[in-house]
Amino acid sequence: MHPTDTNGLPTPPKIAVIDLWKSFGGKQVLKGVNLTIWPGESLVIVGGSGAGKSVLLKHLIGLIHPDSGHIIVDGEDLACAEPERCLAIRRKFGMSFQEGALFDSMTVFDNIAFPLRRHTPMSEAEIAQRVRECLALVHLSGVEHKMPAQLSGGMRRRVGFARAIALKPEILLFDEPNTGLDPITAAAIDRVIIEMRDKMPVTMVTITHDMTSAFRIADRLAMLRDGKIVAVAPPEEFRQLPDPYVQGFLAGQPVEEEVA
Amino acid sequence: MKLMARLFEFWGRRWLAVFEEVGRFFYVLHSTLLWTFRRPFDGKEWVRQMVRVGVESVPVVGLTALFTGMVLALQTYRGFARFHAEAFVASVVSLSLTRELAQVLAALMIAGRIGSSYAAELGTMRVTEQIDALYAMAVEPIHYLVVPRVAAATLMLPFLVAFADGIGVLGGYSVAVGLLGANPVVYWEKTFQFLDLNDVFSGLIKAGVFGLILSVTGCSKGFFTTGGAEGVGRSTTAAVVMASLIILLSDFFLTKILF
Ligand SMILES: Nc1ncnc2c1ncn2[C@@H]1O[C@H](COP(=O)(O)OP(=O)(O)OP(=O)(O)O)[C@@H](O)[C@H]1O
Ligand SMILES: [Mg+2]
Repeated sequence: MHPTDTNGLPTPPKIAVIDLWKSFGGKQVLKGVNLTIWPGESLVIVGGSGAGKSVLLKHLIGLIHPDSGHIIVDGEDLACAEPERCLAIRRKFGMSFQEGALFDSMTVFDNIAFPLRRHTPMSEAEIAQRVRECLALVHLSGVEHKMPAQLSGGMRRRVGFARAIALKPEILLFDEPNTGLDPITAAAIDRVIIEMRDKMPVTMVTITHDMTSAFRIADRLAMLRDGKIVAVAPPEEFRQLPDPYVQGFLAGQPVEEEVA
Repeated sequence: MKLMARLFEFWGRRWLAVFEEVGRFFYVLHSTLLWTFRRPFDGKEWVRQMVRVGVESVPVVGLTALFTGMVLALQTYRGFARFHAEAFVASVVSLSLTRELAQVLAALMIAGRIGSSYAAELGTMRVTEQIDALYAMAVEPIHYLVVPRVAAATLMLPFLVAFADGIGVLGGYSVAVGLLGANPVVYWEKTFQFLDLNDVFSGLIKAGVFGLILSVTGCSKGFFTTGGAEGVGRSTTAAVVMASLIILLSDFFLTKILF
């Protein structure tokens, strides 16, 4: 399970989540999540609606602070880091949000150009080039000069996806990148993820409800349930897991809930 | 017994909320000061915000000052005529405008115009995760959103108030001379006779402080918004009410210190 580098030495994890607890106003959402994310892998998190997947993902980048537990990114604890250090760690990340989270005062072009202008010395011409490239990847050429309010929900999510990958960060977090898209566009998003997984040393964590897509893009799948990660396995193993909830989830059938 | 407990809980919560509010205000103020002098310096955004506060508020502030000056002349004239002190109307108008009325009224108007829009903008960005998106892109939202707004309000309010001083005095002049038949030369002379440069300057300092207060209040209300569209509405209203109250309270203490 533990991957090794070319010399056979064990590689340290890219992100380690250790005993993470989080509650919102008395509602315990995460109850001791443990999860290791290896460099260069594509991990998919699945789980019921409202299970806390988005909350977990936001913890990874420090948008939400845990009640207790630790997030270690490249050996650095997010909680202890100085504000300056925090920004430096965040620069390793790109994230696309479930609802897009586009800046609604900027055009699509400026949205995607924003991180490039902010963090790179690229010229405007290079930036324009990169923006067009990213938009083409998500099948959205030609909307550069539209405002986010003029786009559909699915289009907004794809622009958010394009904005996340624009900087080519080391770690990418995708919150339901292909929910609500037509099958062809959804497959295009999958293809972008697969391509990045295979050709670039990028670490990816994706949340999705679409099991077909999950099996396509995942090196490993993790199941979040009742505030814990109850199963982590590569796709083939995941399919064979005896856990009735996992089987129910895969089959798309309700399972008998044990009374809590 | 139970009633006592309930009462304690009720007032306890109220007090906690007040402390929380004060804490947020100073958190935003403190981090704004820290981030103001860090790179990258976003000149274009500063200018955009300054135009919004400074240029676009000119009509509102001008009208407010104009009518304040006019009514001030009218009222004092009526009063002073009773003991034949009409000549001093000009002095009263210019002193009360520069020392007090121009900056307080302008600040209240700007709190309604700018403080509320800061709260609404940042609040909307908060509830639609745009602020999270900034964090995720390793851009400190305080740096990118709050610093230019606070700087704009703090720097532009003194200019607006200087402008209001002038317009208010002209308003008073037009009423006294045009309507009440005061002697224009005497009026003009009395306007400046007792007016110290200090009166004007301390008024402008107060204006800057009010700008800081109303912008930090608006931004912190917006920044800590929760609860969707309704939450944005609540933050916006609260920002105006809070800013106006703090402006009026601090006005007293500032006046005590500065004059
Ligand atoms: N900021 C918040 N304040 C209060 N409660 C929250 C907050 N964020 C999330 N929650 C709660 O945490 C739980 C998990 O939410 P989360 O958004 O992580 O679900 P999810 O697994 O992403 O669901 P979905 O698949 O529908 O997106 C929900 O019950 C939600 O009510
Ligand atoms: Mg979610």
